[in-house]
Amino acid sequence: MSLSQTDKHLTFILRLCALLSAAVILLILIFLLNESLSIFQHVSVSRFINDASWHPQQGLYNITPMLSATILSTVGALILATPLGIASALFSYFYAPKFLATWYRRLIELLAGIPSVVYGLWGLTTLAPLIAQLHPPGVSLLTAILILSLMVLPTVALTVEAAIAAVPASYLQGAMALGLSRWTSIKCIILPAAHSGITSGILLATGRAIGETMAVLMVAGNVVQHPHSLFDSVRTLTANIALEMAYAMGDHRAALFVSGLVLMIMVLLLVFMAAFFKRKPAYV
Amino acid sequence: MKKLGQLTILILIAAIVWGYFKPHSDQVAMSIEKLVLTGSSTVAPLVAEIGKRFESLHPNVRVDVQTGGSSRGVTDTRTGLANIGMISRALKKNETDLLSFTIALDGISIIINQSNPVSSLSKQQIIDIYTGKIINWHDVGGNNAPITVVNKAEGRSTLELFLHHFELTNTQVKPHVVIGDNQQGIKTVSGNPNAIAYVSIGAGEYEAEHNIPIKLLPLDGIGASVSNVHNRSFPLSRPLNLITSKQPGGIAKTFIEFARSVQVNDLIEAQYFVPIAN
Repeated sequence: MSLSQTDKHLTFILRLCALLSAAVILLILIFLLNESLSIFQHVSVSRFINDASWHPQQGLYNITPMLSATILSTVGALILATPLGIASALFSYFYAPKFLATWYRRLIELLAGIPSVVYGLWGLTTLAPLIAQLHPPGVSLLTAILILSLMVLPTVALTVEAAIAAVPASYLQGAMALGLSRWTSIKCIILPAAHSGITSGILLATGRAIGETMAVLMVAGNVVQHPHSLFDSVRTLTANIALEMAYAMGDHRAALFVSGLVLMIMVLLLVFMAAFFKRKPAYV
Repeated sequence: MKKLGQLTILILIAAIVWGYFKPHSDQVAMSIEKLVLTGSSTVAPLVAEIGKRFESLHPNVRVDVQTGGSSRGVTDTRTGLANIGMISRALKKNETDLLSFTIALDGISIIINQSNPVSSLSKQQIIDIYTGKIINWHDVGGNNAPITVVNKAEGRSTLELFLHHFELTNTQVKPHVVIGDNQQGIKTVSGNPNAIAYVSIGAGEYEAEHNIPIKLLPLDGIGASVSNVHNRSFPLSRPLNLITSKQPGGIAKTFIEFARSVQVNDLIEAQYFVPIAN
């Protein structure tokens, strides 16, 4: 069966669009490598792990504290946001009365649309002083985790709800015909069937949490150190770039591009993980 | 069709890659005059802004601003690599062969929360607080509360001036919070009664006058204000200078006069420096 002329044109245009987006990603990678290359010529890769601290103007380039801060704040935010997001989706899809569910969903969508800098400002002026009463200085890993979980909660809630809605209605009807309770059918049929959608929703939220910059910059404290407690001030890789890029030159600038490269590698790993989870069958 | 598609894709990749790596061609017409300025990274962003405005007034001039530190500004001016040098300090005794023209002043003030009873700190007390030797306000006559030390991110000119004035290196400073711009410092201090930070004096004074709960601490008995920076009595300040090797003439003279005129005061204030022209 041969394609019609219109289809041929459409195929060509679509291929072109896909190629352009792929080329952009490739160019970003080339750009990052190109910009960080100048520092790798006289600073070995191991120094980014073994140096005493991050003081790029004095030639010290240890980026591991920022890597640990990025990972810890992301994992912390997911631990909080994932159960809440799934619960929120189940509530609005199965348990809430219809009018309430509509308004509730709009509220969550609104939460997703608030610019990150607004979350940051609120965190800095309201949440940080509250936490400072518990343990100074207030801006800390904990504050960053709380703000980040608030930010990724709508992502989890909305994608999980979409995944649940995509489960064929006949599954639920079958479960009800068998006389299963609502919670049993959710737990044993709906959630396993929506498993792949939920996982990709969580991975999407992870990507957002890793990449979040402004809000974290404002509430995390930005001291470069491996945190010893939740109340310690930390700096993430993204905040590092935003803080120092404006005035960085030479090796300092290149070192910031290395932070960007590490971030890019983390996101790439995440994408491969997503692909790995996707390959599993949706329902077993 | 398939072959054609693949060929198009290949050509497209080649075009994008070529466009990315293609060297920029310098198509400078003969009539255009070039003014090269090199030096301090503190002065450079300001001069770049001034340069943009200057270019729009003098379409036949290209202002090329390069950074590399005050010492590069001095060297390049002496060797003639730069028409004008930029330094973020006064000329030293061994640099009297050069001429300097102050375009703006840079001053920073120590800020604390308004509810903090401490009304002044000595130079040594500030050093001890920033190096972690004093960790409680009680030790400097304040409440019994731990001090939250706020420092600036690397590369900022305020950090450089602060460290230079207190003769510290950034590795000695033990901060609890690191901030980027002045606004973030002001928000941090206004939200935390036990925080101490330093910000550009223009930004600090403006916010304190607009009911933000911060106060600017005097230094060596001299009040932290823009006017005290302007009359050069405030110690934590420095001049931002343009330097030349001989009495400037032609386009360099016009540029220096322009940079010292009221026409650029808004650009200077936008970078939280203090203008000198009234």
